[in-house]
Amino acid sequence: MSLAEIQDTTLDETGFGGGQGEVGDYIALLKPRVMSLVIFTAFVGMLIAPGGIHPVLGAVAILCIAIGAGASGALNMWYDADIDAVMSRTKGRPVPAGKVTAHEALVFGLTLSAFSVLVLGLAVNWFAAGFLAFTIFFYAVIYTMWLKRATPQNIVIGGAAGAFPPMIGWAAVTGSASLESVVLFLIIFMWTPPHFWALSLFKRGDYESARIPMLPVVAGEDATRRQILAYSLLLAPVGVAPALLGFASPVYGAVAGVLGAAFVWYAVKVFREREGDAARNAAVQLFKFSLLYLFLVFALLLGDSVVASLVTGSLA
Amino acid sequence: MSNDDKDGIRLSDDQKRRQRGRSIAIGLALAGLVVLFYLVTLVKMGPGVLDKGMY
Repeated sequence: MSLAEIQDTTLDETGFGGGQGEVGDYIALLKPRVMSLVIFTAFVGMLIAPGGIHPVLGAVAILCIAIGAGASGALNMWYDADIDAVMSRTKGRPVPAGKVTAHEALVFGLTLSAFSVLVLGLAVNWFAAGFLAFTIFFYAVIYTMWLKRATPQNIVIGGAAGAFPPMIGWAAVTGSASLESVVLFLIIFMWTPPHFWALSLFKRGDYESARIPMLPVVAGEDATRRQILAYSLLLAPVGVAPALLGFASPVYGAVAGVLGAAFVWYAVKVFREREGDAARNAAVQLFKFSLLYLFLVFALLLGDSVVASLVTGSLA
Repeated sequence: MSNDDKDGIRLSDDQKRRQRGRSIAIGLALAGLVVLFYLVTLVKMGPGVLDKGMY
């Protein structure tokens, strides 16, 4: 019998499958869209950190952080293949689609995790490498294996994994953590709940069928709307904090304040519109704006840092 | 008799194409690592590397 004649499903069940994936399937395991956000926020953390880093080492640090994030994505897809298969948003992922076996995703994720941490440690510093290892562990084990299926607070606590990259970027330059890098962490940490809860409001059916205890499924949509508003009200001042703490300009503070107010406005809209298409549209609008908000806040921090460096004549 | 026939496993043309793609990707990744370690070594050693004595 030729390998081509054997059904993938039979091979998977016996544990001897695999070897079917294309390069693109392995790239999909890395969650490239999430990775792009990680690269961007880590780069901003690195650039606004005091001191400097050799451009080659900076590029290596960003590469390692990106690969580490991708590795945790692959580990997530290994463990979550069963629930990914029943959600419309995720059923096309390589493992549930039968293009890559769960075992291959696991080995791929573990290999890249080890390489990214070791190279970051050898090339840059071991504090940043340890931080990256902890982030991968937090996302793959604490969030994916434990919190995601156990509590409606899954994305609140698990969101920390997505908030660590700018701190790792900062640590790559300074070899430490500081109040400024914690503020960068807090911006993403406070942003994550309203972002994902807005998504879960208009993708509730997906989470229900996958039996994931997302807040709208467990506590109801009204409670979710209250929580979205509460976190948005916390996010708005945290977004301005870099200016208040003096590591971003007043111009940044003003624009971040306007963006934070807009975020709250969209959250209020979600809170007030509770029926039919208007409710769904409000959630979709908040979800889309939240993506724009995070991009703009970090882009502003980046621009602010570049302008400050040009003014003082020393580009970090 | 090829190894494929001996093992009772014959890859289809599509499987061979995918295997080749994966092999090329692994090769490029390894080559990239070599270049990366070379550059990092140069940066870490710095310009004073040639000034060091042999003994």
